[in-house]
Amino acid sequence: MTQGLKRTPLYAAHRRAGAKVVEFAGWEMPVQYRGVIEEHLAVRSRAGLFDVSHMGEIEVEGADAVEFCQRISANDVARMKVSQAQYNLLLNDRGGVVDDVIFYRLEPNHFLICVNAANSDKDFRWIREHAEGKVEVADASARYAQLALQGPLAEKILQPLTALKLGEIKSFYFGFGDVASIRCLVARTGYTGEDGFELYCPSGDAERLWNALMEFGAAEGLVPVGLGARDTLRLEKAYPLYGHELDDTTTPLEAGLEWVTKFSKPAFIGREVLVRQKEEGVKRRLVGLELREPGIARGDYPLFKDGQPVGRVTSGTKSPSLGKSIALGYVAREAAAIGNAIDVEIRGRKVRAEVVPLPFYRR
Amino acid sequence: MEFPEGLKFSKEHEWVLVEGKTATIGITEFAQEELGDIVYVELPEVGEKIVKDDPFGAVESVKAVSDVYAPVSGTVLEINDLLPDNPETINDDPYGDGWMIRVEMTDSDDLKDLMSAEEYAEYVEQQKEADDEDEEDEEEEDDEEKDKS
Repeated sequence: MTQGLKRTPLYAAHRRAGAKVVEFAGWEMPVQYRGVIEEHLAVRSRAGLFDVSHMGEIEVEGADAVEFCQRISANDVARMKVSQAQYNLLLNDRGGVVDDVIFYRLEPNHFLICVNAANSDKDFRWIREHAEGKVEVADASARYAQLALQGPLAEKILQPLTALKLGEIKSFYFGFGDVASIRCLVARTGYTGEDGFELYCPSGDAERLWNALMEFGAAEGLVPVGLGARDTLRLEKAYPLYGHELDDTTTPLEAGLEWVTKFSKPAFIGREVLVRQKEEGVKRRLVGLELREPGIARGDYPLFKDGQPVGRVTSGTKSPSLGKSIALGYVAREAAAIGNAIDVEIRGRKVRAEVVPLPFYRR
Repeated sequence: MEFPEGLKFSKEHEWVLVEGKTATIGITEFAQEELGDIVYVELPEVGEKIVKDDPFGAVESVKAVSDVYAPVSGTVLEINDLLPDNPETINDDPYGDGWMIRVEMTDSDDLKDLMSAEEYAEYVEQQKEADDEDEEDEEEEDDEEKDKS
């Protein structure tokens, strides 16, 4: 059952910490240590440490790197300064999402792209196939481990371990420096809606970094957090998860990611289709739903308005922070207005829900 | 882990307490541990008929939904009113306050397919050992990999 699955350098550490390990995107990953709700609330109130080494890293470098990155992505890469990070989308020529990613501008002509684990190979092939001019594309995934330290106490926990002035690293910026004597890229980014950092380090140093952070963070209530709480945390903030809210057929306009899509750029893959879709208007839109009757909406459950099918749920859970049953889903444009009554079909039963503003949770 | 004497157990990890023709049904300590934090419980209504080996309800953790299978056939006499507002009771006390439904059994022969506490303890142990063996194999592989490097 577990054959062929990949492991991060922290696998043994997770086992020792009593993690429940599950398969995720071809990796054996910790889904929880003490319990999803406890870990979720620890990140909201104190801090949590995640192993996200399954994420892929692709490097693009060369004299034409900026021009190339502009063409393969929706956001405006040229706006980034060196040491800045940017949420971005790789789009196909139908305007669908190949992947949602973070670009890090390491040098004027050198980018690190952090990609979803499930898409890592696909992205690398796709980027390489589109490579033009003086660019080199390298899959650096095996070289990096990635830890996410997230929560209101993240800076307080990290600062004593590094000479980097963390207060000077603003949101979506990064710096290079030693953390517990380990060379890291320290980025003020994350996927939880809390303040925090993502640390990229050499794979071989991951366990030392993990142990140092856990040791120094323990006094502040730092706990290890699994993918279970990572999912509930991102869902409360309505951050999309590839394979749920995004795939090769969903467009950024449908997914509420128009802000990432810079039509001011003269050319990028997928632009023509999106310009047309913007003029004509989208047929479906991603919306937030709050259930008004007991039940939990799960991915793929059908949605109805006035008895007519209007779409499907993409993700749903019972929100640990809000105590409410929340979901994201695509519905026909006509059904997408805030306040609309939508029914979720849960095991043959219609459960009343309402379209609500996103995100569900604000700091 | 607890395996209370006097209860009957199903392979799907439900327990049954038999008193005459009445059966009280819940999920086992092992089942709740596997599921994690339970945040929602779906139960049948009083008077509804449940059929052995068919789902009669569902328990949901934050992460996923799992069906709960009827270990016996019968008519629902009572449901645990505590659970809709306090689903975590199943985590806290699976064999006590976390019971799910009480049914009047149609056929006491249904009980023949269920395990005793001792048999169920062994069944759970086997499942755990199977997991552990996987892990041991994996650890050996790890050692081999290290030798190579």
